[in-house]
Amino acid sequence: MNILHDERLDGELVPHDRAKVLAALANAAPDLTLLHREEDLRPFECDGLSAYRVLPMLVALPETLDQVEALLRKCHELRVPVVTRGAGTGLSGGALPLEQGVLLVMSRFSRILEIDADARIARVQPGVRNLAISEAVAPHGLYYAPDPSSQIACSIGGNVAENAGGVHCLKYGLTVHNVMSLNVMTIEGERMTIGSEALDSPGFDLLALMMGSEGMLGVVTEVTVKLLPKPETAKVLMASFDDIEKAGTAVGAIIAAGIIPGGLEMMDNLAIRAAEDFIQAGYPVDAEAILLCELDGVEADVQEDINTVRRVLETSGATDIQLARDDAERARFWAGRKNAFPAVGRMSPDYYCMDGTIPRRELPRVLKGISQLSEQYGLRVANVFHAGDGNMHPLILFDANREGELAVAEELGGRILELCVEAGGSITGEHGVGREKINQMCAQFGSLEITAFHAVKHAFDEHGLLNPGKNIPTLARCAEFGAMHVHNNELPHPELPRF
Amino acid sequence: MSATETSTTSGDDLVSLGERLKQAHREGGAVRIEGGGTRHFTGRQVEGEVLSTRRHRGITSYDPVELIVSVRAGTPLQELEATLAQHGQMLPFEPPRFGAESTVGGMVASGLSGPRRPWAGAVRDFVLGMRVLDHQGREQRFGGEVMKNVAGYDLSRLMVGAQGTLGLITEVSLKVLPVPSSSRSLRLEIDRERAMQQLASWGRQPLPLSAATWHDGALNLRLEGGPGSVAATADMIGGDDLDAGYWQQLRDWQLPLFRDDQFRSQPFTDHQQPLWRLALPANTPALALAELEGAESIDDWAGCQRWLRSDIEATTLRDACALAGGHATCFTPQAADPYTPLSPVLARYHRQLKQQLDPNGVFNPGRLYPDF
Ligand SMILES: Cc1cc2nc3c(=O)[nH]c(=O)nc-3n(C[C@H](O)[C@H](O)[C@@H](O)COP(=O)(O)OP(=O)(O)OC[C@H]3O[C@@H](n4cnc5c(N)ncnc54)[C@H](O)[C@@H]3O)c2cc1C
Ligand SMILES: Cc1cc2nc3c(=O)[nH]c(=O)nc-3n(C[C@H](O)[C@H](O)[C@H](O)COP(=O)(O)OP(=O)(O)OC[C@H]3O[C@@H](n4cnc5c(N)ncnc54)[C@H](O)[C@@H]3O)c2cc1C
Repeated sequence: MNILHDERLDGELVPHDRAKVLAALANAAPDLTLLHREEDLRPFECDGLSAYRVLPMLVALPETLDQVEALLRKCHELRVPVVTRGAGTGLSGGALPLEQGVLLVMSRFSRILEIDADARIARVQPGVRNLAISEAVAPHGLYYAPDPSSQIACSIGGNVAENAGGVHCLKYGLTVHNVMSLNVMTIEGERMTIGSEALDSPGFDLLALMMGSEGMLGVVTEVTVKLLPKPETAKVLMASFDDIEKAGTAVGAIIAAGIIPGGLEMMDNLAIRAAEDFIQAGYPVDAEAILLCELDGVEADVQEDINTVRRVLETSGATDIQLARDDAERARFWAGRKNAFPAVGRMSPDYYCMDGTIPRRELPRVLKGISQLSEQYGLRVANVFHAGDGNMHPLILFDANREGELAVAEELGGRILELCVEAGGSITGEHGVGREKINQMCAQFGSLEITAFHAVKHAFDEHGLLNPGKNIPTLARCAEFGAMHVHNNELPHPELPRF
Repeated sequence: MSATETSTTSGDDLVSLGERLKQAHREGGAVRIEGGGTRHFTGRQVEGEVLSTRRHRGITSYDPVELIVSVRAGTPLQELEATLAQHGQMLPFEPPRFGAESTVGGMVASGLSGPRRPWAGAVRDFVLGMRVLDHQGREQRFGGEVMKNVAGYDLSRLMVGAQGTLGLITEVSLKVLPVPSSSRSLRLEIDRERAMQQLASWGRQPLPLSAATWHDGALNLRLEGGPGSVAATADMIGGDDLDAGYWQQLRDWQLPLFRDDQFRSQPFTDHQQPLWRLALPANTPALALAELEGAESIDDWAGCQRWLRSDIEATTLRDACALAGGHATCFTPQAADPYTPLSPVLARYHRQLKQQLDPNGVFNPGRLYPDF
């Protein structure tokens, strides 16, 4: 399968002459840094989904809002598509460039503009790294809760565009729950403030609409985030299981006991061994699965919750339960989890990270389904994921140098996502649709919903110039690829012609 | 029955709701969506045929272990809350209940949240997915019944607070939470300025605060969490015990300031002063407007939501709020412009969105703003 823009299915892209566009942009914004030589463009040809690469026509590295405005106005006038890029850590090809488009890189917008500790907010530019916010506000005893595993590198603008989440989001929410307001520039170069420092704003909830919109409705130019007081204490329990389904059942049981952990993460044997090899976190390498359960809050409550969770884990059949003795051990337990992706990466030349979400009760069944698919396709799958959210991240191990193995990995990935949809879940929990899951969108949504998505896009970007071809498939694409999932012999989108 | 429960008093009225909308589409008419008829003082007057959701009711699935409930729009809020309470769970955003007829659809479409909002989040923060009927009466499904989902645009949250102007909500999936195991309410007689300073400094510590008003010369606080932390915080804060019924009255707009009976179906009478709600950034000082001297008010949400009875000129009040970074809504029935006007750019994109999702203006036209 090829996920590169296919004009036949994704819409025509007007051809442009690089030199002419370059001249027009240089004229519109004389001090704007524009890259156009192949060797300068090369570093931007892909994001975290590196299997797919496209050289952009031009790369723009603005430093001021006026430059962004001039660039967007000119591109709008010339009908040149614009793909926005933050730190490029996206795993779904959301910032994959277009050959006929400009790549707008927001990384130079990297200033923290204001910290108001009393109001518990920070106003930051979109290129600020997620972790940098928490570091900057730490002296005030505050932090920014959403913590994607990529937080050391990813930008807050990219987090907004992907509605990013992390270990903490079970208790503290996703980006959508932690952003107060956005400054956005439309493709027409108009500036809007969406949301406010008050807790709501008049009109439609455009703030929610912008979250996870993958750079298709506007360019985020400023973000005001909500800060939280650092919990007084955080403790982590590690429970071992000799059966992965038992671990899956324990996840539901903890929450049923009325406990919302600060984080509830699960790793299977393959992931445990990889992490232990890499980090020496002290993981039980013979366990079939481990659960890491973090309880945070006020000392007295945390102690009580630990006792409750211990009891639940024992009844759920945990073979061993360890409480991290001190902060150093707690950090070590987490280091294994946080480094699980690179750790798995050391076991195999390539891996492919999936991102599906399911109702928690379906964890045991879906885990079993994944292991059956893994056998069927002959590729190993490591499971390490946000169990408390039902957000799975199966890592498919493969070797891209072996003829056809990438294609097998992709097919297996697609099957896993469809399994998630069948279980009542979603094809993406936090990594976004981008280009990668554009076909699976047709499995999750029908043509009415997809039409409504296009209507929203149209309201903000009439000519479809912002990040075209991402996130929302055309109905033509669904007609072609939706046909892969025939239920009861009914073709999806029967009203559309077949290619 | 398995983990998933279905309520007994249910009814599926989807087909007839769809038919009504198809008819409106054919005939170029508009509908005025009506849930319980309890929030008619919110928003602007709508000309249109009444379309009642009340027959489309019932909890379609509830799995306490998942912390997710799916419920049809016409279900009485009371019925939903009673079912959750049986399992020790709740709607954390504490929506106001304006009488037994309040419906879940009206709760979501009006987007109002109660005292716990600054600490727990608003209605929209707990919406996971939705089923809606579009302007041609066709069912669409957005979001889902899972905690995380970033596929497509978040149209379900967009519907929250849109006052039924973008679509007819038929079913909504909500995240619910366990009721905190311990709760305590306190009253401290301190002046407003000191109260706000205290709240700012407590806000920077991990304390189990879950409601805070300054009202009648006192700071009223609610602590919720584990018994240990609630007791320890209460000891630290001191003050007198406050009857927890206060929060229910605040939540349901039954305190004297709201003048309870006004929000029934009776018409608004002239001698009462308009009711204003100000939404302001944290730590905004009291608005320095001579017209507000002696006005009746409650500072809720640790000062971020202020209720006010005043005849003050709308533009004067709105300008002062805008200067502070907030906005003001008038909840007096028949208010000409209940909502703060949008900036020209925002208004343009609002119109374009409405035009795209409801091209013929079928849904509650004019309810939010005159032109959409
Ligand atoms: C005696 C009487 C006379 C009235 N006369 C008028 C009148 O002339 N003009 C007028 O505009 N109103 C009038 N109303 C108010 C009218 O009933 C409301 O405006 C109605 O449209 C909202 O229903 P509700 O109050 O039950 O709202 P709630 O159920 O509390 O709903 C609040 C808001 O949400 C919307 N809503 C409710 N359910 C849904 C849903 N499922 N999907 C999408 N949106 C939803 C409503 O339209 C409303 O905007 C009158 C009410 C009464 C009791
Ligand atoms: C090892 C690893 C672990 C990860 N773990 C997690 C995780 O736990 N949780 C999670 O949610 N994600 C995770 N991710 C995915 C990724 O880090 C997030 O999606 C992140 O939010 C992307 O931010 P970015 O700045 O790198 O964006 P990019 O990759 O540059 O862009 C992503 C999307 O955002 C758009 N965009 C970027 N900036 C702007 C802007 N200013 N305005 C408008 N649109 C913009 C782009 O057009 C694109 O569609 C992980 C990635 C890696 C490599």
